[in-house]
Amino acid sequence: MSKNSGFMKALKCRECGREYPLEATHVCEFDFGPLEVAYDYDKIKKSLTKDALAKRPHTMWRFRELLPVAEEPTVGTGVGYTPLVKADRLAKWLGVREAWVKNDAVNYPTLSFKDRVVSVALSRARELGFKTVACASTGNLANSVAANAASAGLDSFVFIPADLEEGKILNSLIYGARVVGIRGHYDEVNRLCAEIAGKYGWAFVNVNMRPYYAEGSKSMAFEIAEQLNWKLPQHTVAPMASGSLLTKIHKGYQELIKLGLAEDSKPVVHGAQATGCSPISAAYKDGKDFFKPVKPDTIAKSLAIGTPADGFYALKVMKETGGASDDVSDDEIRDAMKALAECEGIFTETAGGVTVGTAKKLVASGKIPAEDSVVLCVTGNGLKTLDAVQGRVGEPDEIKPSLREFEELIESDTKVKTK
Amino acid sequence: MAATVRIPTPLRKLTNEQETVEVESATIGTAVEELEGKFPGIKERLVDEEGEIRRFVNVYVNEEDIRFLENQNTPLKDGDDVSIIPAIAGG
Repeated sequence: MSKNSGFMKALKCRECGREYPLEATHVCEFDFGPLEVAYDYDKIKKSLTKDALAKRPHTMWRFRELLPVAEEPTVGTGVGYTPLVKADRLAKWLGVREAWVKNDAVNYPTLSFKDRVVSVALSRARELGFKTVACASTGNLANSVAANAASAGLDSFVFIPADLEEGKILNSLIYGARVVGIRGHYDEVNRLCAEIAGKYGWAFVNVNMRPYYAEGSKSMAFEIAEQLNWKLPQHTVAPMASGSLLTKIHKGYQELIKLGLAEDSKPVVHGAQATGCSPISAAYKDGKDFFKPVKPDTIAKSLAIGTPADGFYALKVMKETGGASDDVSDDEIRDAMKALAECEGIFTETAGGVTVGTAKKLVASGKIPAEDSVVLCVTGNGLKTLDAVQGRVGEPDEIKPSLREFEELIESDTKVKTK
Repeated sequence: MAATVRIPTPLRKLTNEQETVEVESATIGTAVEELEGKFPGIKERLVDEEGEIRRFVNVYVNEEDIRFLENQNTPLKDGDDVSIIPAIAGG
């Protein structure tokens, strides 16, 4: 095991502040509070400067001082720096002055934001000497663990709900991962994995490696800020499953402010959920600071976590930044997926539909003022959830290879422009 | 009458590394008291000052979260499995 701890100081309980060594452990022994990596920001400030950044490649690892690895990363070194797309046509659909899409639907290598967290978790797992990595997943994480483990020569076990979208299952099997389908929903997979992790000596990226893993999400915030020329966005809308991404985007912005890389323009962070699994959004609407667990029933399976581990902190971040939360139905999710595709040429999965659809609701309710600018975090790719839109986006017209038939088809369609 | 409680890793220092413990109590609430009698100090790990299960502690009876049952009044019967699990992250 590496003695050097890089820019990290310790693991620290978010509830009581007790400190623990930088090992594969995620829970405070005293109150079960989640452990988080504490950094040496004075040391980081000297190393992470705009001059230094100018010389680094465009991957998430440009910000490596703020990511919890002791040495240079060894897994997923090409991850991140996805496009931030100025979305003028989508802005009109949303009813807002300016919109940007942070497009992690094209993240490398497995087309979701999970590559960010996995490259951190696996790089750290290697530093700690693990040979087998594992995860509990709603699909995207499983894909990313399987692929990144394969490229690093690590063995992987992924645990998923057995009824996941076929695309997401195949996208794990192809890499040679051991895929275990659990007859139950994600919360049950999660519970089982917590018990397995206690028994087997593996690096479970979202169990015992969680303090490192979760930090990878901050890179999305760092990139957004740099891509906006170091101006923090007025509003950011993030999807919420466990609530971790939203809290880490906020943390990322705050770290840039702390390091003097961005001005404190009071960035507001909003959270999006699917109505069929909306414990955090429901708590927000009820003015509560803690959620009530639910049993998920939504097409947004990647967000279907009924007992969100970071729900408490997500609610806190929204409250502190003046953000809001809302949720959208399955039909609204599909409409929003279609709107993003038709306006910007970006095909997102259901979770992206949740983000875009919720953003529209937040604009309509004035929570995001129409004269403001918003960044939407699109976290996954539509090619993985084809079943969600199958039969709902129209069917192709079919004709013989005959010009006459084509002309008849065109004449019957008044919308087609013939010039 | 006995239910089996699976002790999570962070609490095993209190149970002399025992992974499972038998309890005779009729509800989760009284089982917590029973555990405290056997392993002093375990109660404050599970329950906050107001007597509520701590917000990062999840308790399951036969795979079901007690928040979907009757919380601390959830009954226990012979052969039940009780799991105590820290909340974990998304996926």
